[in-house]
Amino acid sequence: MSTIDAPHRAKADRPAASPAAGQPLYADRVKVYPKRVFGRVRSVKWAVLVACLALYYVLPWLRWDRGPGVPDQAVLVDIAHARLFFFWVELWPQEIYFLAGALILGAFALFAVSSLFGRLWCGFTCPQTVWTDLFMWVERWIQGDRNARMKLDQGPRDANWWTRKALTHGVWLLIAAATGGAWVMYFNDAPSVTHAILTGRASLEVYFFFALFAGFTYLLAGWAREQVCTYMCPWPRFQAAMLDENSLVVTYRDWRGEPRGKPRDAATGDCVDCFACVHVCPTGIDIRDGQQLECIGCGLCVDACDSVMGKLGRPKGLIAFETLRNLSASAAATAAMPPGEARFKAGMAARHLPRFIRPRTMMYAGALAVVSLVMLGAFLLRSTLDVTVIRDRAPLFVRLSDGGIRNAYTVKIVNKTREEAPLALVLQAPEGFRMVVQDVPDDAEGRPLLSRRADGIAQYRVLVTVPGGQRVADSTPVTFRLLDATGRAVASTSSTFAGPRP
Amino acid sequence: MPTKIEKDALTGTDTTGHEWDGVKELNNPLPKWWLYTFYACIAFAVVWMVIYPSIPGWKGTSGWVAREAVVAEVAAAQARNAPMMARLREATPAQIQADPELRAFAQAGGRVAFANNCAGCHGAGGQGALGGFPSLADDDWIWGGSLEAIQHTIRHGVRANESDDQRQSIMPRFGADGLLTRAQVDDVAEHVLSLANRATDPAAAARGAVIYAENCVACHGDRGEGNREVGAPRLSDQVWLYGASKRDIVAMINNPRAGVMPAWQGRLDPAMVNMLTVYVHSLGGGE
Repeated sequence: MSTIDAPHRAKADRPAASPAAGQPLYADRVKVYPKRVFGRVRSVKWAVLVACLALYYVLPWLRWDRGPGVPDQAVLVDIAHARLFFFWVELWPQEIYFLAGALILGAFALFAVSSLFGRLWCGFTCPQTVWTDLFMWVERWIQGDRNARMKLDQGPRDANWWTRKALTHGVWLLIAAATGGAWVMYFNDAPSVTHAILTGRASLEVYFFFALFAGFTYLLAGWAREQVCTYMCPWPRFQAAMLDENSLVVTYRDWRGEPRGKPRDAATGDCVDCFACVHVCPTGIDIRDGQQLECIGCGLCVDACDSVMGKLGRPKGLIAFETLRNLSASAAATAAMPPGEARFKAGMAARHLPRFIRPRTMMYAGALAVVSLVMLGAFLLRSTLDVTVIRDRAPLFVRLSDGGIRNAYTVKIVNKTREEAPLALVLQAPEGFRMVVQDVPDDAEGRPLLSRRADGIAQYRVLVTVPGGQRVADSTPVTFRLLDATGRAVASTSSTFAGPRP
Repeated sequence: MPTKIEKDALTGTDTTGHEWDGVKELNNPLPKWWLYTFYACIAFAVVWMVIYPSIPGWKGTSGWVAREAVVAEVAAAQARNAPMMARLREATPAQIQADPELRAFAQAGGRVAFANNCAGCHGAGGQGALGGFPSLADDDWIWGGSLEAIQHTIRHGVRANESDDQRQSIMPRFGADGLLTRAQVDDVAEHVLSLANRATDPAAAARGAVIYAENCVACHGDRGEGNREVGAPRLSDQVWLYGASKRDIVAMINNPRAGVMPAWQGRLDPAMVNMLTVYVHSLGGGE
């Protein structure tokens, strides 16, 4: 943001906020009363809001048939059975890196989008924004628009005030409860946990997380609102590192709007100082002060200004999604010009198409592509059958009556499928090594047949013996392989055979 | 005591009176949320102290006792396992081994019971220890390695002064009681070594063979194959309870040692004995 050249007038007029100037370091929150707004951006925001909320509330109710004895919930984190179900995917705890990979993907996608289009995430899809928007809609529906709400708050605490406030908070709490309830559903079977919560039979954990998420939804969307973005969230801080002068950000075209004044005054710019942009702002800032941390990039001021410009018969886009590079180009082209049609045309003509292809965006796109490919590869090559071997360490080896040496192993077959067909275990070791698996039958060729557990781990005790008289090193590498019915090796693992020190 | 409390000109707040190299501290009030959280913690602590046994001598209004909580948890765990334990009590070890569900339970429970009761002498993995603690993981058994034999040994013990069912064997003190001379003991030891093809003095071994035939055959057998009926160890193999050297063998003939294993019947639940039987059998030596 090197070329930022936005007007700092309003801010510069204020006294600097420092103790030296006699100002306290603490400022009370000034309550924001955002005004209702209509327009293209608002419509998009409504659509995104409905889509996000629908996704969040409906997803746990989707069913996905996985056969008997397995949860039929499409998206479920089954903590008790240590499984993560996502439609056709079923992850075990040791595959949690897929989740980490998805988060890394999300992060890079966020970086890429931010460097191209600014704070789209903050302004449109962040849960804080979505739920705050929903809560404001409820507020407006019950208490009226900006002026009515301000009047209500300044007026007496009468029956009207109490009714409207109680109603607002009641609806908020209902939404919050639905939000907390939906969260719990991602970790429990949705229909049964809903029934359990409503009938008071859910577990303490369920009620705790239900209350936790419901409580924080109510607190953050109802009370904290823009303070979450301004004071609590780290993202606005380091987001500045992703944005540059080529990113699309919500900006006030000061070269066109200044100086502000009456609509009929020929010496003034297009900004009529109507404060429509300030009144609709959910964080209560003035976009005309230039780029600022508090701006979440929701673009509602764009709609507000456009409707005013439309009424005045002036071209729209005094506030717009614009790059800072274009902003300074326009400003430079119109620096010496008086307000009017000519200045507007010259300013607009100085603009260029946003440069979407730049080293920064390419790097983000590259990282995104690499991570996607790695993730995809890891997912496609993910093994659904593993064999692990743990060698007994106490005793390291057993000396038999004929002087032979025996090692014991615990073999585990990790089966992530519902396949149950038994597998033959074969030992790949030097001549003379004999293997016995306890408590299993042999197949036609005399190999021990190990049955699998569907979606589970089967455990076997395996004894490997070297007869007396055969010399054996203190450590001999051995390999265990699992063969399917066709004799193909489906999994293998290596271990060692321990003997006495020579 | 801070004495120089003054009003800060810029903020209008009192100072605390503390001063470090000219730096003074403002006496700003604590943030309200912090202060009230602190008060809430104090109130919580007071309530806690009243309800729970917080001070020596004070039992608390709730009557909660840590020990009772543990006892209740143990009882709950036992109640949970009760049906399984009942089945394990009724079944024979062979039946347990044939049933995958029972076997898995017995293996898991047996491992814990073994660690609690047996590992002290027989080792964590049943490897035994030199000096009279037999390995349970090898294929050499003094009293038998079948499920029934193992169960019997666990129940009744070895030389445990328990009952007539106990494992009982006594080897005469050939040297100490003067049954054999020192030279004879030496010759017999040489013969015993020869049973496993380890003799170094064929003449002595031949002399020892005669003495062995007269004194030892009854229990240890013609070729030192041992006799599980009387708990006579096999002498022709490579597993030695009290050491394999000639010196160790001579010491055993002179003044035999006889280890003792307690009888676990009565100490352990029969189901536990069955679980131990199946677990020991799986260590590697089961017959």
